[in-house]
Amino acid sequence: MSNSMIEIAGLVKKFDTITAVAGISFSVKKGEVLGFLGPNGAGKSTTMKMIAGYLLPTAGSITLCGYDVLRNPIAAQSQTGYLPEGAPAYGDMTPRQFLNFIAQVRGYDGKRRQSAISSAVARTQLEQVLDQPIETLSKGFKRRVGFAQAILHDPPVLIMDEPTDGLDPNQKFAVRRLISNMAEDKAIIISTHILEEVDAVCTRAIIIDRGKIVADGTPQDLAARSRYHNSVTVHIGPDHAAAARAKLKKVEGVKEVHEKPLSQGVMSFTLFPRDGKRLINKVTELLGGEHWDVSSLIAEGGRLDEVFRDCTTSDAKPAAIDRSAGKQASKKARAK
Amino acid sequence: MREMKAVFQREFQGYFVTPLAYVFIVVFLFSTGIFTFYVGGFFELGRAELQAFFVFHPWLYLFLIPAIAMRLWAEERKTGTLELLLTLPIPIWAAVVGKYLAAWAFAGMALALTFPIWLTVNVLGNPDNGVIVASYVGSLLMAGGYLAIGSAISATTSNQVVAFVVSVVVCFLFMVSGLPLVLDFFSGWAPQFLIDTIASLSFLTHFDAVRKGVIDMRDLVFFAALISFWLFVNIVLVDARRAG
Repeated sequence: MSNSMIEIAGLVKKFDTITAVAGISFSVKKGEVLGFLGPNGAGKSTTMKMIAGYLLPTAGSITLCGYDVLRNPIAAQSQTGYLPEGAPAYGDMTPRQFLNFIAQVRGYDGKRRQSAISSAVARTQLEQVLDQPIETLSKGFKRRVGFAQAILHDPPVLIMDEPTDGLDPNQKFAVRRLISNMAEDKAIIISTHILEEVDAVCTRAIIIDRGKIVADGTPQDLAARSRYHNSVTVHIGPDHAAAARAKLKKVEGVKEVHEKPLSQGVMSFTLFPRDGKRLINKVTELLGGEHWDVSSLIAEGGRLDEVFRDCTTSDAKPAAIDRSAGKQASKKARAK
Repeated sequence: MREMKAVFQREFQGYFVTPLAYVFIVVFLFSTGIFTFYVGGFFELGRAELQAFFVFHPWLYLFLIPAIAMRLWAEERKTGTLELLLTLPIPIWAAVVGKYLAAWAFAGMALALTFPIWLTVNVLGNPDNGVIVASYVGSLLMAGGYLAIGSAISATTSNQVVAFVVSVVVCFLFMVSGLPLVLDFFSGWAPQFLIDTIASLSFLTHFDAVRKGVIDMRDLVFFAALISFWLFVNIVLVDARRAG
């Protein structure tokens, strides 16, 4: 048996005439944290809802820890922790009552129930709000209640739809650390549109667009597709900017140089490499020989956000085209 | 069973964390009192029986039971907890039956709280307590029938008001299907067996039989079949949500 804990093959979901997910296949191994990226409406949540067993796929199969989600949903769901988008919870219950309900459903009794609940509470730092109704809690606490619910039974498969949405930077950091700590013996999928999160917690990222996978690799692999991959940015003081401009262009392997004026006459030069070759060595060589006023030197691995923009189509774009087309049409109509 | 018990407990407790339970119980007890003593003329009848009390139950339930049932699924859909509930390892039938039983237990509790009237009639005279017990059983079964309808209809919408109004209408049709109001519409063109079938679906007919102290197997089977049918519809409706 392979060590893939999540196996997805040919997953399709159609809503009436709209195809939300158009044939997605991938697998996630134990120890992997898969970041699921894509613009809004790309099919991220729909895919996660199908994996969790809420929506039924139009076609395709999902296997979690060897259990087919369609044929044996209860067995698959008992191996899975799921945090739905927006972390819904029964607002009139307190976190203690809510987690007690979840533990009861998942078959924890007596002492085991208490220890499962207290461990989930400790890991999500919910102690101070345990006896307040969930509907009165802040967004951050609500999210953590949902998180506690998902990890209560220490599931081998964890599916989380935007786990850090609405959290402050400290809470985000805490949640990411929690995910990283649990990652070793689990297969985890998180969806997000915060790209820094992918670098922070994911060992692998999949970008989907219009229901299809458009990129799949480690965050570093994906970033390497960016034109910023191995580029170098230097900030040089006003006295030497002109000299630097001439010499930087001639550095071996440089394809082009972009300039941007910063405050007080400082110039920022970004050197893009030819064929993605690393430039930093040549640039430091040059800088070592000159006595320029260098205030900053940055070598980049690549920019994930740029890759993201390149391989996804914003849902705003086609709408904008339609609108302008509509305007023209109405102008014509008025002219007549 | 374990999952069903968990759902049942959560749902039952849910009635008491909001004012709903208390408002419902107060309104229920007040209105049974008013109908029994003022409309039903309990004292004027001068008989040691509770017919004046039970005869209004179908009409009270018509509005009060959909008020209990409307939140069962509509609220879960509205707040998104349905997604949570259906992704927990709970079979759909267990979720449906657990929720239904919680609502039924709550209705039963409200009904049980009318016991002072039973004490009163025993203090004042010597009623046939067998008939009274039969009437309570019949009333509880009828509440179960209304609830099963209300629960299934609640699963079709995320709006509790819509669930309430539609439930009242459907319950009303089931209640009066034995009366000329409904039967006149069919008589003249529909075959007799259809008219008989429609008439036999009436809550009033079956409840009246039980209320008179005769617990007939046919009436029990009627309510059991009605509840099973609507719970089955409920399961199908909840499952249909998953197709998207």
